[in-house]
Amino acid sequence: MAKKTYRDALKEGLREEMLRDERVFLMGEDIGLNWGGAFKVTKGLAEEFGEERVRDTPISENTIAGAALGAAITGLIPVAEIMFGDLITLAMDQICNQAAKMRYMFGGQTSVPVVYRSVFGGGKNIASHHSQSLEAWFMHTPGLKIAVPAFAYDVKGLIKTAIRDPDPVMFFEHKLVYDKKEEVPDEEYLIPFGEARIRREGDDVTVWGTFQMLHKSLEVAEELAKEGISVEVIDPRTLMPLDKKTLIESVKKTGRLVLVTEETKTGATTSEIAAIVQEEAFDWLDAPIKRVNAPDTPVPFSPPLEQFFIPSGERIAEAVRSVV
Amino acid sequence: MAVSKKVLVNLYTRTLKVRLFEEKVWDLFGQNLVPGTLHLYLGQEAVAAGVTAALDKSDWIQSTHRGHGHVIAKGADMNAALAELLGKATGSCKGKGGSMHITQFDVGVLGATGVVASGIPIGVGAALSCKMRGTKEVVACFFGDGASNNGTFGESLNMAAIWSLPVVFVVENNLYAMGTPIKMMCPSIDIAERATGYCIPSIVVDGNNALEVYEAAVEAVKRAREGGGPTLIECKTYRQRGHSRFDAAKYRPPEEVEFWLNRDSVEKIKKIVIEKGALTEKDAEKIRTKLQKEVDKAGEFAVNSEYPKPKDALDDVFAEVL
Repeated sequence: MAKKTYRDALKEGLREEMLRDERVFLMGEDIGLNWGGAFKVTKGLAEEFGEERVRDTPISENTIAGAALGAAITGLIPVAEIMFGDLITLAMDQICNQAAKMRYMFGGQTSVPVVYRSVFGGGKNIASHHSQSLEAWFMHTPGLKIAVPAFAYDVKGLIKTAIRDPDPVMFFEHKLVYDKKEEVPDEEYLIPFGEARIRREGDDVTVWGTFQMLHKSLEVAEELAKEGISVEVIDPRTLMPLDKKTLIESVKKTGRLVLVTEETKTGATTSEIAAIVQEEAFDWLDAPIKRVNAPDTPVPFSPPLEQFFIPSGERIAEAVRSVV
Repeated sequence: MAVSKKVLVNLYTRTLKVRLFEEKVWDLFGQNLVPGTLHLYLGQEAVAAGVTAALDKSDWIQSTHRGHGHVIAKGADMNAALAELLGKATGSCKGKGGSMHITQFDVGVLGATGVVASGIPIGVGAALSCKMRGTKEVVACFFGDGASNNGTFGESLNMAAIWSLPVVFVVENNLYAMGTPIKMMCPSIDIAERATGYCIPSIVVDGNNALEVYEAAVEAVKRAREGGGPTLIECKTYRQRGHSRFDAAKYRPPEEVEFWLNRDSVEKIKKIVIEKGALTEKDAEKIRTKLQKEVDKAGEFAVNSEYPKPKDALDDVFAEVL
């Protein structure tokens, strides 16, 4: 087994599915021959599969999303890319009013096997329109599944599951993890939705988080181990369906929970997780649930401002120390 | 275009069927049996009839919030359609959609949508699918004059044009977007002019004349099926009622209403069909009597059907309950 980047593991997953099923095709802005995707995820795929199946589109986000939906309900399996998560605002009607509701409002007459890929997160100094983390919006929309892979192994197994799912899947990536490497099998494997992964076992505090914050939390856990604090780190891998069981069991073991995401704090996924835990594991909590998020501001541009905005390892460590 | 007697009878039958269906809906609404709101298709029947008569069963249509007529004309089961409008468990959407989402997938209806202009991208995507799957299927995408002012209109026409997709854009210009006259919101008299900017051929037809609509649709469908790409057909038509449930449409000048009521779609196609010798007055009446019976039966079915169980509200969010 070789170490591969998140980017290459994702591409491998897409490629395997395109080889397996000719109904699978990719569409999006600059994903094809000239560019290979803004983050180079699809580089080489247009050469291999042709421009029909790796389809460059005009800059028309709402119609990219809608056309993918129309193709999905008539026999194809589109993977539509919205170049930046911030630009999903332009496609919200097709995703949230149409794709998410189509099975329901038509009484189960159709499946909607479409995947919407996009990328969240800051850290690249590209300011308010290219850095947000908006996953909570979609958690608030019944009918969408949401994958949030943070590691190379997971991104391959999850994209394959997303493509085979009969429901619309929001597949969110993070800019800062594309280059992160880990062992990724060459052979096929699928990761079921709704199964969290405990990335590090521990006894004192549970840390639940997503994307780049998981990588930071693992570093923090390593440091805190030296202080004698044993941290368990949970990666939900999908937000819908959400693996409550793994989280609740962990909280029952540690009695303490710190939630860490790069989202702005108010109405974030962490708000929902905190509510679930107090509903289902209140009696096991030995300390208040702590949230570590970005402040409620747009994402700023200047490096010191952005560094302040994105939760730091120190903030995570402080939150953990404050509950033990 | 030489149109056979069989097609003429078909056009009359389709137009009338949609009319009788909508009159039944209005009747049931008057009895307070239709929950929520309604956007009646009365007056615009010739558009749905003319376009769907030019399509094959395996072709698709994308509908709108004013969609009953499209769905019925495409061949939907009237029992399931009426039951849906009444919110019954036997409805085509099991009572989850109602008037604005009236849909029957098995006869090629991709959906009806409550968001103006949102169906256009979906229709374009279905056309992309028809092309990529190597079928000869065609999509007819209905929308109104109001929708042509939304961004998806431009995005979708552009996408259909660059990829030469088998789609026919059918603009039902009924002169009002809710209560706003189109002349206030569109700088040109014809919406069809906008197609030119996307290199899409277009035509303006009398949308109250099912034969004229049909002839334009046949040409557009042929172009699409043969790989010639999209066409836009603008059908000038008129709502015989208001925009929705409680709209008396007092913003419309009486002489304008009278002008259009004198161009009634059913009367018009009936006259054409009789003049061309495809039907006698007596034949036409026979067809009406037969259709009326079917519609009445569907009405009874809908009224006598059960409502869904409250907890059925939890089904159909995903393929499996999560």
